[in-house]
Amino acid sequence: MTDKSSNIDQSIQGATLAEDTSSRILRILGLVILAIVIIALLFAPKYLGSYGLYLLSFWAVTTIAVQGLNLVMGYAGKISLAQAAFMGIGAYTSTLLIQGTGMNYWVGLVSATIVCMLIGALIGFPALRVKGHYLAFVTLGFNELVILVLRNEDQWTNGPIGIMNINRPSIFGFSLFEADRFYYFCFGMLILVSLAMGYMIRSPWGRAFKALRDNPDRAESLGLSTTTYTLIAFAIGSGLAGIAGAMHAPMVEFIDPQSFGLHRSLLFLLMVMVGGRGTLAGPFIGVFFAILLPEWLRFTEDYYLIIFSIFVILLIIFFPQGVAGIGPYLQKRFSSNQQKEAI
Amino acid sequence: MAIFVQLLMAGIATGAIYALIAVGFALLWQTSGTINFAQGEFVMVPGFIMLGLMTLLGIGLIPSFIITLPISLFLFGFLFKRLLVDPLIKYGDFPLVIATIGLGILLKEGTKLVAGARGVFFPELFPDKILHFAGFSVSTSDLALLGIAVMIIIALQLFLNRTFVGRSMQATAQNSDVARILGIDVDRMILITFLINAALVTVAALLITPSYLAKFNNGETLGLLAFMAAIVGGFNQVRGALIGGFLIGVLENLGAFYISSQYRTAFPIILLILVILFKPEGIFGRPEERRI
Repeated sequence: MTDKSSNIDQSIQGATLAEDTSSRILRILGLVILAIVIIALLFAPKYLGSYGLYLLSFWAVTTIAVQGLNLVMGYAGKISLAQAAFMGIGAYTSTLLIQGTGMNYWVGLVSATIVCMLIGALIGFPALRVKGHYLAFVTLGFNELVILVLRNEDQWTNGPIGIMNINRPSIFGFSLFEADRFYYFCFGMLILVSLAMGYMIRSPWGRAFKALRDNPDRAESLGLSTTTYTLIAFAIGSGLAGIAGAMHAPMVEFIDPQSFGLHRSLLFLLMVMVGGRGTLAGPFIGVFFAILLPEWLRFTEDYYLIIFSIFVILLIIFFPQGVAGIGPYLQKRFSSNQQKEAI
Repeated sequence: MAIFVQLLMAGIATGAIYALIAVGFALLWQTSGTINFAQGEFVMVPGFIMLGLMTLLGIGLIPSFIITLPISLFLFGFLFKRLLVDPLIKYGDFPLVIATIGLGILLKEGTKLVAGARGVFFPELFPDKILHFAGFSVSTSDLALLGIAVMIIIALQLFLNRTFVGRSMQATAQNSDVARILGIDVDRMILITFLINAALVTVAALLITPSYLAKFNNGETLGLLAFMAAIVGGFNQVRGALIGGFLIGVLENLGAFYISSQYRTAFPIILLILVILFKPEGIFGRPEERRI
């Protein structure tokens, strides 16, 4: 009897040890990859032309928006199909304010973020009452409404034609007109946003989000207010879309309603899923697969979307956790094999 | 007044087609818990298959519809269920939502690749003549569309309520575990629902494509309208989705004429948001019980 129980104890110890080493290896591997990617991104302007830099800027801006959606979907556990609309609100708000009043770019960006946060919190209210697919439809409807307003209120938005010749700003007296300078601006913003996101996920807020996602009833019985945290998640998630929108406008130097349509919101959602929702690395990977990979493989956009959507469907069938979920999955397989050997 | 009646008729006629799409959508949800985000694309693609067959084989609209129907049943009924729904349904509705969104994009971009991005003319099933009587004018094509849609809806209702298979399907929708205990082949019932949905979207494609032109992104609008009809009316009842379809069609037409034609799609969306906020089970639906 005692023999048996000590045997079990040993095997449990063995299993946790194996898990420890394999997770440590994975973490070190992750840090090494991260370091390589950051160094590569820092030196990218030396080796890439202006088109390559534009793509990397595009990747950075989209990643910021997808991080916001990942907060809503992956951490707060609510579905949203309006992220592109918030990006549009951000892009139009900042552009119209800057063009109309000649205000500083940063003031425009911050105003766009605040507007998006307020509207995002408003959209969070239905999220309190309904869940799952109903919320998907409310947000989807909201996205369509925003596009209708952008298209029809042409005294402000210039209608379906959109706003052309948006200037790239200077920040701190430093012009961002050149592709490499604008790229560094996007890269810097991406790092700032990612650090803030990482900090928040580890803060009590982040833990509250996860608790509400995994077991809302229990979280509430422990005194967490679903109302507050859902609204906070929507406000911050939409605010990040606002930042991305305010960066998108000077990046492309042109905005029109179609760029922020439902189609884009659906793609954002797929990017979150491909990367793995509820992980910090997820948005980077998801946007990489959606924006950078097709260019390197020299696919045209239409053709690539077909492959991308097939890829998403297969991924969902085989890895419901997304690409970032493959690591932990392998780790689990690896440690469970070790466990078997130990027993 | 005459204009109002005319608008109402046109609204009811398009609403009847929305109802066909919405009923199929609600049926899938009830029997299998599938929320099909590709429903709009399921209407768009058969339109193109019909057009393709007409030009390839040089046949008329009706023969091409007859050939398209079994193709649709196979693609959007059988294959859709076997390849996508069966492997995913056990993970709950969320992965399936993502997968059908992916499927929608796949169908849309695939159509764009094959048929191009331009809108293509699609022949009308009936010649559009305006009938005048007692001071009102009504379009014959609206009347015919309404007639066909209503006939299909009545047939479907009879099938669901009066036949053994139909009643077994309802039992499956209400409680699949009990249905299984009673000896109903649940999987077969779900397959029949998928086939019915495929038939409904193909008929809808035949009826609605002429007024939209066949275009690769038609599915976005049609899908949204069908979702709205299903939710506004009540997701968990066929009757709800039906009435929702008519309501959306009428609201869209009246709103476009009397308030603003640019904001045509805004009226159903506002109604949708109000319904979800204040009566999420739909105007005619039953409240869904909360687990825990």
